[in-house]
This record gives sequence, C-alpha cells and structure tokens, in this order.
Amino acid sequence: MNEQRLRNLTLLSPAVLFLAAFILAPLLLMLYVSVLERGPFGGVVWGSHTGIAYQKLLYERDLLGRLSFNSDYIAIFARSCRLAAMTTLITFLIALPTALYMSTLSRKQAAWILFLVTIPFWTNLLVRNFAWILILRGGGVLDTFMQWTGWVTQPLDILYTPLATGIGLTYSFLPFMILPIYVALERIDPSVIEAAFDLGANRLRVLQRVVLPLAMPGIIGGAILVFVPCLGAYVSPELLGGGKSLMIGNLVQAQFGASRNWPFGAALGIVLVLALLLVMAMAALANQHKKRVSR
Amino acid sequence: MSRHKLLSSRINATVAALAILFLYLPIVTLVVLSFNDNDLTTIWTTVSVKWYLAVLQNGDILRATKNSLMVACAATFFATCMATLAALGMVRISRGPRVLLEGLLGLPLLVPEIVTAVALLILFVLIGFPLGLTSVTVAHTVFCIPFAYYPIKSRLAALDQSLLEAASDLYASPRRRFFRVELPLLSSGICAGALLAFISSLGDFVITYFVAGPGATTLPIYIFSLIRLGVTPEVNALSAIFLLASIVMISIAFVLLQSISEQKKPGGSA
Repeated sequence: MNEQRLRNLTLLSPAVLFLAAFILAPLLLMLYVSVLERGPFGGVVWGSHTGIAYQKLLYERDLLGRLSFNSDYIAIFARSCRLAAMTTLITFLIALPTALYMSTLSRKQAAWILFLVTIPFWTNLLVRNFAWILILRGGGVLDTFMQWTGWVTQPLDILYTPLATGIGLTYSFLPFMILPIYVALERIDPSVIEAAFDLGANRLRVLQRVVLPLAMPGIIGGAILVFVPCLGAYVSPELLGGGKSLMIGNLVQAQFGASRNWPFGAALGIVLVLALLLVMAMAALANQHKKRVSR
Repeated sequence: MSRHKLLSSRINATVAALAILFLYLPIVTLVVLSFNDNDLTTIWTTVSVKWYLAVLQNGDILRATKNSLMVACAATFFATCMATLAALGMVRISRGPRVLLEGLLGLPLLVPEIVTAVALLILFVLIGFPLGLTSVTVAHTVFCIPFAYYPIKSRLAALDQSLLEAASDLYASPRRRFFRVELPLLSSGICAGALLAFISSLGDFVITYFVAGPGATTLPIYIFSLIRLGVTPEVNALSAIFLLASIVMISIAFVLLQSISEQKKPGGSA
C-alpha cells in the first residue's frame, strides 16, 4: 500500500506543484497586494499594509483630503450583476425549451444537436463577439435587413449600448445553459412523466410539478456556469458595450493599464471572487434544500 | 427509442430551431462577408478572395500565427503530460484528498479568467519573470491542464480492468504493461484532451492580453488590435480562417470523445 501511495504522489506532483505555483500562489499574492499601498509609478509598496484599496470602492478623497461617498464603482458592480442576471434568465428561457426538445429526440439525433450547440463555444470568443459588431453597427447587417423589409427605416443604433453587451453575453454563454439542463432532463425516467400524464395532469402541470423539480440540479448548474463568466466578462463589454456599459472586468483591466493602481485592481478581483463564492454557496444551499424537500 | 416523447411540443421545437439559428447566424454572416469584394465590409458587391490573399501576405499575421502555434503546442504538450500523470495518480486515492486535488485541478476553470490573468500578471512582475512567449506559455499551461485532464479521466474510468489483469497474467512487467496496454488504451482520451487544450490555448485572449509582453503578439491579440483600429475586411477573412480551423479541430475531438462514450457501454470495450 505504501508503494502505491508513493506512486500516486509521484504521478500527481507535477500537476499539483505547477498549479500550486501558478494559480494558487498568484491568487494568494493578489489577496496580499490588495492590502498594500500603490507605488508611485505603478506596482506596490511592500510592507505598507492599508485598507485604502477597499475604501476606494465606496469613498473618494477630494483635493483637500476629505472622504466623500462615491457611487461610481458600486454602479459598475450593480450594472455587472444586472447584466449577468439578465443574461442568465434569458439563456434559461432559450435553453429550457431547446433542452426539452432535445430530450424528445432519439439519442443519436440529440447528440447531433448537442454537437451543433457545442461548436460555437469552442470557436474563438473574440471572433464571435466581433461578428456581432458586423451585425449590430450602424449600417450593418441588421440595419440593412430591417430597411430591406421596410419594418424600420431609422438605424437601430444598438452597438455600444448595454443591450449589445447583453446580446454578446447571451450569445457567448448560451451553450453553458443548454448542456447541463439537457443532461438533467435525460436522467429523468420517462415512466415518471408517463405516470403524471396517466394521472390526468396536463402538459403545463407535468412541466411544473414533475419535470422542472427533477431538472433543478441541471438548471442551477447551468445558471452558475452562465452567471460566473458573465460577471467577470471582459470581451463582450469591451467590444460591444462602449463607454456606458463598462463591467467589473473592464474596471479591473483599467487598473493594470492606464490607471496603474494595482492594489485597487487586486481588491476589485477579490470582491469579484467573493461575490461569485456567495452566489455558488447560495446555489449549493438551494440544491440541498430541494433535496430535503423532495425526500 | 425516443425518450420524453410525451413532452414534445411545437413551441419547444420552434425555440430550439431559433436557438440554433441564433448560434450560427453570426458565424455564417462573418464567413459570407469575408468573401465580399467591397472595402465597406457590409455593402455586398461581388465575391472575392482578395482579403484571404491579403491575410496570407501580411507578415504581422504570419508572425502572430507562428507565436500562437508555438505557445499552443508547448502549453498543450506540458499540460497533457501533467494531466495524464495526474489522472493515473488519482486512481485509488481516498475521498478526502481526492476532493482537494480535483478541486485544485479544476480551479483554473472555476476562477474568472480576468482574475487568473491579473493574479498571474502580479506574480510574473513581482518575481521578475520576463513577460513574453514563455510567460504566455506558462499561463496557458495553467488553464490547459483541466481541459486535458477531464477527457483522460473519463477514459481511464471507462478502462476495462480485466485487460490490465490479463497483461499481468501473461507475465508483462508493470512497465511493459503500461506502455503496451494501458497507454494505447488511453490514447483516445489523451488525444481528445490534448485537442481541447490546444483549441483553448489557440483561442485565449484575456489571459494572454495581460501576461504577454510587447513582443509576444498572438493571433487573438492581433485580431483585437485590428478590431480596435476599426473594422477592416482583413479581420473578416482572418476570423473566418480561425473559425473554420477551430470547427475542424473540435469535430475531431468530438469524434474521439464519442468513441470513449461508446467504449463505456458494456460489451463495447475495444
């Protein structure tokens, strides 16, 4: 048995050591940098422990050194949460019927649709968002189409609005919602659904009382898979959103680019991770609560 | 056998069709416009491949492609090696440590990309690691490990243990058994994992954007700078090539993964 342990340890150590050095250590270092003072030319001042980066989230210091409440960053956080929540809801509304449809097909046909759904996810995120610039911009594909049909004569001016960011996010992360819901639906025993119909439930009631509760782990999983990358999104708001719909990701990037405020950037990153941990904990609780109720 | 036949409805089928349309419309639009002769990119004139020729003659694009391929090959190699060893080492480990180790291996996918990017940038700058192709390769290896690990793990779980026992019974040494039996059986999982790692490395933008120095322009970074400068038809052609290349690679990975799930079924083990 001891020999087995030594073997496992040897086999695991390259990956474990590498990830400890290049993902775990950097995250801890980021946590530490967030409580340091910023250096005069970027970087940080070592050993200067301060909560100034976190204070900056809520307050700003005016020229006389007085603190006053500043809602700018809170507004960006709120907008990011709103966009992420809206995207999660919309992807759910598209994904549920799609997954339901897939679950009525034969296994082979469903695998084909699954393949079609997965392909866009593996193509480059930047390229996919760029395609939406071509569609949404003034005089772009959508405008041309709308004018051709005669429904709308004015340019729609969607590009560089939060709506464009929302479309980009929905497009980027829709596959993440479809896959887990489909997997959950596939696990439901068809005879349970048959029984519900036999007992006189109509289609809506079967969906509401049987299918949705049983698919809930998949729905919660999909919601997390969409919400998490949405909240930290950088590409969609950067390319499609324009200045008025900055999200947390863009704010973080700015601290390491033009603003040169590393501690603040690190603090933003930490708050982002904490927000996501909170969401995941809530989802885990919801899942457990569901299990207890269904027992 | 059709499964939840009772749930079939016209509304669901319609939404599913619209969802697929929504997923493919931008991709098709991009590819179609890349063949447009006109400079204005959305006003259609005639079919032309001149933007593709322009892409192939652009030295910056070729250099960026070379950088991207170099990084992707190196990161895929390191990540796949480490992921294969880790998957083999995870066998017969008790539940407690296993949860922790699996958590660490999955961590790069759990942490938002922007956070990983920032954390790695801080690390590289503070330890004085020069930003360039090497730092990009290290960063890519981090998130390639989980992409390579999961397919290998599922192939390992589907492995028919009796084949390994048979090899031992026939007096194969552990070393010979590994190289002649276990590794060939795992190869479909390893190939699928390596492909997924390769695709994600090739396509990564956010993490590369942070940890690449001035000299380490990869293809996505180059495309981003072109988009920033304004939409040129060259971007369409370049993006279309990129799209088709990823679609081909993911199709191969899908076929490999499909063969794994077929091997899982009883009686179907190769």
